[in-house]
Amino acid sequence: MAGLIERDKVSGQTTTGHEWNGIKELNTPVPRLLWAFLITATIFSVTWTVLMPSWPGINGYFRGLLGVDQRVAVTQSVEEAAVERESWTSRIDSEDFAAIQADDALMAIVRETGAALFGDNCAACHGTNARGTPGFPNLVAAPTMWGDDPETVAETIRVGINGTSPETRYAQMLAFGRDHMLERADIDAVVSYVETLSRPELAAGMDADTLAYGAEVFAANCAGCHGEDARGMTDTGAPNLTDQYWTYGGDRASIRQSVYHGRAGTMPSWEGRLSPTHIKLLTLYVLDLRAHEQ
Amino acid sequence: MIADLTRAERLWAMLILGALGLIGLAMAIGGRNDLLGIHGWIVLAAGLAGFIAVMRGRDAPEPSAERLNEYYDAPTRVGLILTLLWAVVGMGVGFWVAALLAWPDMTFDVPWLSFGRLRPVHTSGVIFGFGGNALIATSFHVLQRTTRARLPDQISPWFVLLGYNLFCVIAASGYLMGLTQSKEYAEPEWYADIWLVVVWVVYFAIYMRTLARRKEPHIYVANWYYMAFILVVAILHIVNNLAVPISLDSAKSYSLFSGVQDAMTQWWYGHNAVAFFLTAGFLGMMYYYLPKRAGRPIFSYRMSIISFWGITFMYMWAGSHHLHYTALPHWVQTLGMAFSVVLLVPSWASAGNALLTLNGAWHKVRDDAVLRFMALAAIFYGITTFEGSFMAIRAVNSLSHYTDWTIGHVHAGALGWVAMITFGSLYSIVPSMFKRERIYSQKLVEVHFWLALSGTVIYVFAMWNSGVTQGLMWRTYTESGGLTYSFIDSLVAMHPYYIARAFGGLLFLLGALTALYNVVMTIRMPAPASDDPALDIPAKPALQAGE
Repeated sequence: MAGLIERDKVSGQTTTGHEWNGIKELNTPVPRLLWAFLITATIFSVTWTVLMPSWPGINGYFRGLLGVDQRVAVTQSVEEAAVERESWTSRIDSEDFAAIQADDALMAIVRETGAALFGDNCAACHGTNARGTPGFPNLVAAPTMWGDDPETVAETIRVGINGTSPETRYAQMLAFGRDHMLERADIDAVVSYVETLSRPELAAGMDADTLAYGAEVFAANCAGCHGEDARGMTDTGAPNLTDQYWTYGGDRASIRQSVYHGRAGTMPSWEGRLSPTHIKLLTLYVLDLRAHEQ
Repeated sequence: MIADLTRAERLWAMLILGALGLIGLAMAIGGRNDLLGIHGWIVLAAGLAGFIAVMRGRDAPEPSAERLNEYYDAPTRVGLILTLLWAVVGMGVGFWVAALLAWPDMTFDVPWLSFGRLRPVHTSGVIFGFGGNALIATSFHVLQRTTRARLPDQISPWFVLLGYNLFCVIAASGYLMGLTQSKEYAEPEWYADIWLVVVWVVYFAIYMRTLARRKEPHIYVANWYYMAFILVVAILHIVNNLAVPISLDSAKSYSLFSGVQDAMTQWWYGHNAVAFFLTAGFLGMMYYYLPKRAGRPIFSYRMSIISFWGITFMYMWAGSHHLHYTALPHWVQTLGMAFSVVLLVPSWASAGNALLTLNGAWHKVRDDAVLRFMALAAIFYGITTFEGSFMAIRAVNSLSHYTDWTIGHVHAGALGWVAMITFGSLYSIVPSMFKRERIYSQKLVEVHFWLALSGTVIYVFAMWNSGVTQGLMWRTYTESGGLTYSFIDSLVAMHPYYIARAFGGLLFLLGALTALYNVVMTIRMPAPASDDPALDIPAKPALQAGE
């Protein structure tokens, strides 16, 4: 209902005369500041649309007076960054591993750049400190399974293990229990034997006959990949069983699990995802971590 | 509830609920080999329970004609309680997912406890469950008071309120089972979307029918905003959810859009959901409850006009600022940014209009936590809209995009603005809605206010810090031109902020629990000996003559 127009004591303004369940409105003019603000914002925005690609038409759009284009801009900045890095990436590409490793200045760049590269690509499995997580080996301290000369490490990164590359490294620990290749007693014996390889002190608490039998089972079934001395073979990618490093755990239950169900860990084939420069850089980075550990 | 309905309405209710039950049965049978079937059982249970309830009350006497001389507030009362229940659910899950980010092992390898499934329960729980129920409940209240007309009938408000909550339940339970369209804030699948359209059309019809019968010559600003909210949300919802189900007995559907068109449609929707659901609707709430509680006239009717048309016009264009530096053509990004910058003006005009309305009532803001909730909401609205326009600037966005800054921004709005205006409004109508003299404990309202404020501040500061840190870490280069930090380095840096954020969220959740307790205790207080409803009734038919 059209009510009375009143004057508000606090503001000195009059009301509009409308009232809704006790709520009234003042007829206060829009403050000048707000107009100024609106006009400034509008001028800014209109100017911006004149400078930048903006208004659409039927066949395309207005390109803007500054001629800015995000595709061009991003391509340009990627190229510029590549040119900037070329002073050292070209050396990574062209020089051999030994030469790079001997150059302290270049290795400083490798350490710096490699850390972020490792963090973004490798740390999810091998851990941020590269010391492995359950199922993924320690890259810093443990012996490598496929060889630790630079070319071999680079190749492992390139093709991966049980990966998608046609050239991928292939390794599988058979499921001796699940696939009925060994009897339960054989498994128990060989697990005991393997336990003593890295912890000889355990042998004292075990039955000597069992251990002897375990050694026989090992020679017949395991030595083919792990080697007669159980120190692993880089040809097969089978790990050394006599040291303190275990990918899947070195306690009895874990070893038993490995023998019974087998193992077939995967490392992606990084070729195509990482550039040859990056693969080489990561190789140098990982080998550098290892070198510092020793 | 059922005794309020006329006999004819009871029959209609049984018909509708029976049909709903049959649809549920069809879904359950047709989708028996699909997750759709489980939703079928839920719909069937809802329809059947309602049907039985109405059938049991169908012989109650016809409601007295006296009822037409009063406002119809029963749906608002139920809506207010549902608002608080959803607040506890939505914020509780929010706290849980915040903790999950700090301690990710807490999924316990249970699929439905994973972050991806719980997170939409949080977002939909607070936006649609808490926010939506608050909007429906208050809009029915405000609509009647500002038109001095009773709601047009007694069945459609229930259809809207309960139907909407059925949608919320279908949505949340679907997420837990892994059902999603993978569109942020539009996750529910096709059948839930269709149901919401039906509910929403009835909602809009209630609004139009009541406005058409209004006894006031002018339509109050609050109703402009509520109507903009209902109308635009309908448009957004329908367009963004256009999809083809793979078959009628499967929950799965494919969107009509693909590629960058899909992204643009989604963020046109997403940003306007913020604009018209979380802004326009709650501005409607603010425009009624704030001046009412303050006992002051609105500062400027003229500013209301500028704000309203500015907000409704500008927001529509701003969505593309969510897609800066993406495959979206550059020119669309420029337009999104340009409109977002101007949008600050009507937004601040709204916040300013609210705060200037408090001139002459600031002593009340000091003394009354309920009004303080609403005053603070207006301040947070101002802060958040400034931040939003700022982040929409392309160069700023290159730092803020994909970081926790966005999450901080959203929560400055959701906690500081949306939830605070809701709690303020809720406290101010609960006593009159439940015919009690006062709220059970003013002291608890005060406690809630400080929990909410400290929770919001901790949350937002944690996310500002973590967001800017993240953004800077991602763009820091070494002298040799490589990235200084890996992504995982930035995650490690986030950890303390994630703990702080979970703590802030916990405080806010405790506030919501306080509110629920306070409201329940208010309802349980004895009714005053005689209530005087004379002041809160619609215009009598006799008054119509001469209008």
